[in-house]
Amino acid sequence: MSSTDNPTGNFESAAANGSAEVAQFDEPSRSFVKSVQYALHVHPALIPLIILVLSVAGFGLVLGQRFFSPFALTLILQQVAIVGIVAAAQTLVILTKGIDLSVGAIMVLSSVIMGQFTFRYGFPPEIAILCGFAVGGLCGLISGVLVAVVKLPPFIVTLGMWQIVLASNFLYSRNETIRAQDIEANAPILQFFGESIRFGGAVLTYGVIAMVLLVAVLSYLLNNTAWGRHVYAVGDDAEAAELAGVRVKRTLISVYVVGGLICALAGWVLIGRIGSVSPTAGQFTNIESITAVVIGGISLFGGRGSVMGALFGALIVGVFGLGLRLMGTDPQWTYLLIGVLIIGAVALDQWIRRVSA
Amino acid sequence: MSEKFVLQAKGLVKRFGRVVALDHADFELRAGEILAVIGDNGAGKSTLIKSLSGAMAPDEGEILLEGEKVHFSSPMAARNAGIETVYQNLALSPALSIADNMFMGREIRRPGLLGKAFRMLDKKAMDGVARRKLSELGLMTIQNIRQPVETLSGGQRQGVAVARAAAFGSRVVILDEPTAALGVKESRKVLDLILGLRAKGLPVVLISHNMPHVFEIADRIHIHRLGRRIALINPKDHSMSDAVAIMTGAMAPPQSQAA
Repeated sequence: MSSTDNPTGNFESAAANGSAEVAQFDEPSRSFVKSVQYALHVHPALIPLIILVLSVAGFGLVLGQRFFSPFALTLILQQVAIVGIVAAAQTLVILTKGIDLSVGAIMVLSSVIMGQFTFRYGFPPEIAILCGFAVGGLCGLISGVLVAVVKLPPFIVTLGMWQIVLASNFLYSRNETIRAQDIEANAPILQFFGESIRFGGAVLTYGVIAMVLLVAVLSYLLNNTAWGRHVYAVGDDAEAAELAGVRVKRTLISVYVVGGLICALAGWVLIGRIGSVSPTAGQFTNIESITAVVIGGISLFGGRGSVMGALFGALIVGVFGLGLRLMGTDPQWTYLLIGVLIIGAVALDQWIRRVSA
Repeated sequence: MSEKFVLQAKGLVKRFGRVVALDHADFELRAGEILAVIGDNGAGKSTLIKSLSGAMAPDEGEILLEGEKVHFSSPMAARNAGIETVYQNLALSPALSIADNMFMGREIRRPGLLGKAFRMLDKKAMDGVARRKLSELGLMTIQNIRQPVETLSGGQRQGVAVARAAAFGSRVVILDEPTAALGVKESRKVLDLILGLRAKGLPVVLISHNMPHVFEIADRIHIHRLGRRIALINPKDHSMSDAVAIMTGAMAPPQSQAA
């Protein structure tokens, strides 16, 4: 079999390889499965990428131009921009074997701060935006300290923070929405991420570009800096990381703070997306971000996966959502399929983890 | 009395509530020797080792490194002083690569601005050093330095952990039960690695339950019982059953300490 992929004319080695394989009838097929398992192990974003490509191709075949147009495809990007950004924050936390249920709430509170500081107190909108980021980072810092120093389980900490932040959001905003026209007239920078670049039918909002850039930067940081490697090590085995000299507490806190800042960014993008500042927006972002992360092949048990995978996960959900809507099916089919994908993705993760030995 | 030890502990005490894990324990490691530490379960071996490696701070007593008093507030502090420890659970991150693991916590940065401002890693240099260290220890059956550690066998993982310790340990290497989870062949390999460390002049502290291994490679044996060192014997003067008897209290410890 190796003679076909050996065009160099090295017949001796080809023959040597061939003779050894005669006796091992079962080996190739088993080692093929093993090597697939190994490849997935090293590149966990591979499966979501394949599913994404297949689903785009599938819907493209069925729906033709209606789906396979620059407009529809970029519409998907616009629809997933916010979930994609929040999923990046969620990825960081889940990589450390945690979970952040407060991401959606932090996003909304940050957007409300950006809006209210501008309109209630007359802050320059740029300063108000910085305040929004500060509040997002602070929420992350509180969660981070509770998880890393007080050693409470992340699920409980962020379940509490979710309620606290969301309630603060409603109390502080007095449940009032700032209208899109007012923002456009007085503080257009708040809607910055709603602006777009158009070419042909394609519409790329700045929010979409921000999402892509964010994922690229985080990917780079996670793979090429000591901080990134430490995030993985802490999620893999915190005790081992500590013994190896990683400052586990600092790493954990930094992850929650960066997560909070990313949520604040999502809050700013949210204003661009919906135009107004609404304390009731983004109710499902929490669950949607976790869905994207899980479908994206990031292990809930920590230490495995990539931000790229989370982006693919968000896109898969977006592709199914738009594709099925264009086909005129009941939207419940989308949820049903996403449910199947989630369970399938976790089952696959368990399988990949068994690659050892 | 004034003999100089590489690593020495005097009167270490560590209490956990009402349990006294270390009861005025002493410890001495000479230059270039393999010192085995044996003791029954619960004798306080692990606590002793954790005190020496900075993973735990003793309540009382002092630790001297080459004659100077030291206080290790963290494993990193001990490590910076040149004491490397291979823990029983190896302290490796299974999903990360061999090179990542070898440099965990002390990564090599890119020179210049890229490394300083962007904290960018010099992966090439890290891979290179990792490969060299593994081949020095005869471990280059591991082909791919970027391979995740969890795809390695138990012995290979132990090899990576020992290589990491050897690469950075400038004064002392401490090994906690390095052969406990290994088969015969792999144990052999690890014992050879330990002898290799001694040949390089590094003193080794070996904690083990495996008497044949201890008697094969140790120069001296520190016997720990009820939170303190009750004997320091030379394996040439005593049999394995003597050591076990002293360790379990069935035999009185010899009065003269091994020279």
